Amino acid sequence: MMSPITTSEFSVCLLLSLLAPLAIAGMALMNAGLARSRSAAQSMMGALCLPAAAAIGYIACGFAWDELPGLPAHTFSVAGYVWDWLGAGPFFLHGLTYDVGRAPLAVLLQIFTVGIAAMIPWGAAAERWRLASATLTAALLGGLIYPLFGHWSWGGGWLASLGTNFGLGRGFIDAAGAGAIHVVGGIMALVVLLMVGPRRGKFQGDSIAAAIPGHNVVYVLFGSLLALLGWMGINGAAALLFLRVGLTALPLVIINTVLTASAALFAALLITRSRFGKPDASLGANGWFAGLVAGSAVAALAQPGLALLVGAVAGLMVPFLVEWFELSLKIDDPAGAISVHAGAGIWGLLAAGLFGSIPASAGMGAESGQFLAQCIGIAALLGGVLPVAYILLSLLDRLMPLRVDRDGDRMGMDLHELGAGAYPEFVVHSDEFIQR
Amino acid sequence: MKQIALFLLPAGLLLAVAAPVMLPSGAMRSLFVMAGLAVEVLGLVLLVRSDHVRKGSER
Repeated sequence: MMSPITTSEFSVCLLLSLLAPLAIAGMALMNAGLARSRSAAQSMMGALCLPAAAAIGYIACGFAWDELPGLPAHTFSVAGYVWDWLGAGPFFLHGLTYDVGRAPLAVLLQIFTVGIAAMIPWGAAAERWRLASATLTAALLGGLIYPLFGHWSWGGGWLASLGTNFGLGRGFIDAAGAGAIHVVGGIMALVVLLMVGPRRGKFQGDSIAAAIPGHNVVYVLFGSLLALLGWMGINGAAALLFLRVGLTALPLVIINTVLTASAALFAALLITRSRFGKPDASLGANGWFAGLVAGSAVAALAQPGLALLVGAVAGLMVPFLVEWFELSLKIDDPAGAISVHAGAGIWGLLAAGLFGSIPASAGMGAESGQFLAQCIGIAALLGGVLPVAYILLSLLDRLMPLRVDRDGDRMGMDLHELGAGAYPEFVVHSDEFIQR
Repeated sequence: MKQIALFLLPAGLLLAVAAPVMLPSGAMRSLFVMAGLAVEVLGLVLLVRSDHVRKGSER
C-alpha cells in the first residue's frame, strides 16, 4: 500500500512541481545559446516539441510501466526472490483517482521530468539531429525508456528492493532523479551522438577538434539561473513524494540545491581559470548544471557541508570530462550534456551512497551496503538502459534517419528545417568562416 | 565489435546483480559488483571505438 500524504504536503508538492518547467526553459536557453545562430530557432522549437512528445508518451503508456510502490507490477521469481521489473498499470492514466494522494502528484511531476530527460540529448546533438526523429525519440523516451528505470528505482522495482531482499542499505536511492532523469538522459545523449556523429567541420582527419563557439553566452547564463528554480522545485517535490521526508526537511533540500550548484560553479571557474588564464563562461555554466545534477542525488540526504563537497567535485570533474569526450573520444557534444548529466549524475548517486543519511521512511533495510546498492543501480543504467536505448534508436534510425542531410549541415537547421532563421537581420555569421 | 560491446553491457549487469544473490555478504560481494561495472565500462569503450572504426571506414 502507498503511504498517505497530508493535505499540506499535497499542496506544497503541487506548487513545487509547477516550478519544474523552469528547468526545461533553462535547458532550452542553454542549448540554444551553445549552438550556432543558424540553428537557434530549431533548437528552441525542439524545446517545445520534445518535452511535449515525452509528456504524451509518458501519459500514453509511460506511467503505466512506471507506477508507484504498492501498485500492480510485472514480476518473476529467481533464486527465491521476486523481481519486480515493470509496472502493470492501465494506459492513458485510466482509473487514476485525482484525490489527495501520491499518484496524481507523481504523474504531474513526471510529465515535466521526462521533458528534462528529453532535452538532454537535444542539446548534445544540436545542429544535426532532425526535429521529427528527435520528437519520436522523445516519445520513446517518455513512453518506455524513462519508465523502465523509473519503475526500478522510484516505482518499488527490483533496485528499490535491494535493501529488503539482500540487506543492501535501504535499496537503491535516487532522491530526485539523478539516475532516472539525468543519467538516463545522458545515456540517450551518448547513444544519439554515436548515431548522428559530429557536426560537419568539427573533426578534420586526425587533427585537433575545431572550436565551434556557441552564439549567445547570455542565453546560457540566464538559462542556468532559470534552471535553479526548476531544480529547487523538482528536488523538493521528489523528496516529499519519493523519499517522504516531510515538510520540515524542505528548507535543507533547497539550501543544498543552491549549495551544490554554487560550489560546482566556482570549482569549474577555478579550473578553467587555472588552465586557460581566464574563467570560461560556458564551462562555468556546465559546472553549475553539474552541481544541480549531483545535488539531485544528495540534496535531501546530506548536510550542507557535504553538499558543498559533492558540488565541488562535480564542478571539478566537468571541464575534464568535456575535454576528454571531445579530444580523446572525438564525441562532439556542444552542450557538454553527457559530462554534465551522465557524469555528474553518476557521481551524485555514488556520493549518496558514500555520504547520504538515508531517512528511514525511504524503505526498509540495514544502514550498511548502501554504496553497493548505488553501484548496482549504476550498473543497471549502463547495462540495462543503454542497450535498450541503443537497440530502439538503431531501429528508429533505419525507419527515419536521425541525422540531417548534407544540405542541412551546409545551410544550418533553421533554414533547412523551419524555412526561416532565428535572426533574419543578421547578414554575416562568424561560423561561416569555419573551413568545411 | 559493436555486437560484443552490446553483449558486454548486460553481461556486466548480470554479474553485478548476481553478487548479492549468490554471495552472502562481505568483500566478495563488492568485488563482484565492481567487476560487473568494469565489464560494463569495457563494453562502453568498445561501443564508442566500434563507432569510430565504422565512421573511419566510411570516410
